[in-house]
Amino acid sequence: MSDQVLTKEDFTSDQEVRWCPGCGDYSILAQTRKVLPQLGIPKENIVFVSGIGCSSRFPYYIDSFGIHGIHGRAPAIASGIKLANPDLKVFIVTGDGDGLSIGGNHLIHLFRRNIDVTVLLFNNRIYGLTKGQYSPTSERGKITKSSPFGSLENPFDPIKMALASGATFVARSVDREPKHLAETIKMAAEHVGTSFVEIYQNCNIFNDGTFESLTDPKIKKDNIVVMEEGKPYIFGKESDRVLAWEDGSFSVNMHDEASSSLVHSLANSNSSVEFALAELTMDEHKPTPIGVFRKINKNTYDGLLTKQVENVKEKLGSGDLEKLLSSGNTWEIK
Amino acid sequence: MENGVITAGLEKYFNPETTEEVKVTEGTHAASYAVGLARVKVISAYPITPQTSIVEKLSEMCASGEIDAEFIKVESEHSAMACVIGSESTGARSFTATSSQGLALMHEELHWAAGARLPVVMVNVNRALGAPWNIWADQSDSLAQRDTGWVQLYAESNQEVLDMVLQAYRLAEEIMLPVMVNMDAFFLSHTTEPVAIPKQHLVDQFLPGYNPKFKMDIKDPRAFGGLATPDRYMELRYNIQKSMEGALDLIPKIADEYDAIIKRHHGGLVEEYLTEDAEYLLVTSGTITGTSRIVVDAFRNKGIKVGLLKMRVFRPFPVKVVQESAGRAKKIAVIDRNISFGQSGIFFNELKSALYNLETRPLINGYVAGLGGRDVTPSTIEKVINHLIAAEKGEDLIWMELNYESDEI
Ligand code: SF4
Repeated sequence: MSDQVLTKEDFTSDQEVRWCPGCGDYSILAQTRKVLPQLGIPKENIVFVSGIGCSSRFPYYIDSFGIHGIHGRAPAIASGIKLANPDLKVFIVTGDGDGLSIGGNHLIHLFRRNIDVTVLLFNNRIYGLTKGQYSPTSERGKITKSSPFGSLENPFDPIKMALASGATFVARSVDREPKHLAETIKMAAEHVGTSFVEIYQNCNIFNDGTFESLTDPKIKKDNIVVMEEGKPYIFGKESDRVLAWEDGSFSVNMHDEASSSLVHSLANSNSSVEFALAELTMDEHKPTPIGVFRKINKNTYDGLLTKQVENVKEKLGSGDLEKLLSSGNTWEIK
Repeated sequence: MENGVITAGLEKYFNPETTEEVKVTEGTHAASYAVGLARVKVISAYPITPQTSIVEKLSEMCASGEIDAEFIKVESEHSAMACVIGSESTGARSFTATSSQGLALMHEELHWAAGARLPVVMVNVNRALGAPWNIWADQSDSLAQRDTGWVQLYAESNQEVLDMVLQAYRLAEEIMLPVMVNMDAFFLSHTTEPVAIPKQHLVDQFLPGYNPKFKMDIKDPRAFGGLATPDRYMELRYNIQKSMEGALDLIPKIADEYDAIIKRHHGGLVEEYLTEDAEYLLVTSGTITGTSRIVVDAFRNKGIKVGLLKMRVFRPFPVKVVQESAGRAKKIAVIDRNISFGQSGIFFNELKSALYNLETRPLINGYVAGLGGRDVTPSTIEKVINHLIAAEKGEDLIWMELNYESDEI
């Protein structure tokens, strides 16, 4: 099985896909199926874990191991899987509701520990499965069934959350940019450590057009800046604008050949730059970055755990339960 | 029948004197209207199918100013329960609603609400627990919370949901314990029925404002939730038990008072239907009851003395009433839309233990049916009754209509 060259069909399960017609999830599924054979990992070593929400139907549609888990708990379930069997490639599929509200706590601790799993968070800025209530990423003022006169809450920025909690690979892509999406998922999957991809996903039933300024071909180039390794942050329909690094934040300048501006460099990672890039997302006068914000190498929790167990075994020998039970304070009953 | 119009002939169901309007509405919205009528001050919830439309309606009612309440949407059910624990502690009448996994996630806080003697009222839409995932009717979610110190009530119709929520506040605030009102997923939550909305001034008369003896009040500072050492803790548990026992007297009294003011009565601890001379007694709760009434009538028409006992209250368990009513029958069939693995249906188990101390004990059979939202049809119930009539000795667990070839019937 493992020597065979796999194709996307090999990862296509026999389950009928039951998202609404036109949902952005279809594109993410298609790109993921395309990337999986490129990873060179046998099917039986791949696990998809999800929680609850439209995104969380994902494991049904991939022909690999999968768990449709409990509301918000996918990161905890995935942690258990990875630690018990480090040979498995573990994906978590979640959404802005599942991953950032009910499961928010698990997600930050996953990032902090840097467990070697890949998180795909479908952000549609709405609760789709429960039929359209505002979510932790819905903008303030959002009118939904649970906020008929506008939500009063400030939204989360999942990228900033991942950066701040210590994820070692942090990226963003868009459902309508299939090529970019596939490349980003592939990079994330190949990263060693917790990799996090926020995917802007259109929910055409309950939040249609929420990312329109980033997906409408007529205007998207003015509103998106694609972060590319070794390249300056050039954007605009005519590639006429550039992000300039000034006093710890980015401003928008006209781009001409003579101007020198900061180039995107994951190799020389700098958290001020990462956060400043993330900060642009909420600024309506500046473009939204897509691509990789951070990629650094750090010890993974699973790697450290394996090493620790080996070290202790080397020092103290393999465990002996009998010995442990009769160690410390013991007494004899006469 | 249209919204707002009481058509001739329906007066006996919807008293025009006490009814503001009749709405054709689903069970979830019946609960929301009750919360509005109860003048609840704080609502906190997290959406979960099939509870979601209760809170959607409420957030709409709050936002439009139709009701004067704070609506707090939180990030999980655990937080929702914590949130109403906070608001009740300040003396604000509070409400939340959930279902299934959401209720399970609240478990820790459920104990806290009861232990802290906070009269929160919650509507739980009875739905199965995973794995595997299932969103349909099943009582395993609420019954698993049996020992948390919450009063548990079970409704049969959307009208009963509305009336029960109002009565739940009266009860909760008198005994200072939280109350859970349960309705079946989809069969009630998403089924529309005509529901009489009582006049607000009558509801106010029945349910006056809430003003607890102890609350967080800067003019009268107190500490809450402190440590109770072994020389104190047990007495506090004893007090909870005493209040629970008190509820057994109060529930019928409150139902009568409601009837006196609003002119509607669904029964007290139980509702008895043709039980007086019944030889064979069917015991049900929730929506299975409605179907059972028809089947009981059919048997009566054939001259077979079948009666129906509807359990409206599960906690506190109405032992005395059950002994009186069920004790008269020769044979009893309990239908449970739930199962305690390794034991039997849960209502059955409680009922059987309630009858143990009787001098002559009837034969009692436990039937498990309709798990995970499977239909319990008149023919299912007919099979139960026929099986009971033929039974020679009691059986704890009989599975109804399994899709296996095994020992089910
Ligand atoms: S509700 Fe929205 S997110 Fe869910 S499947 Fe439909 S379109 Fe997609």
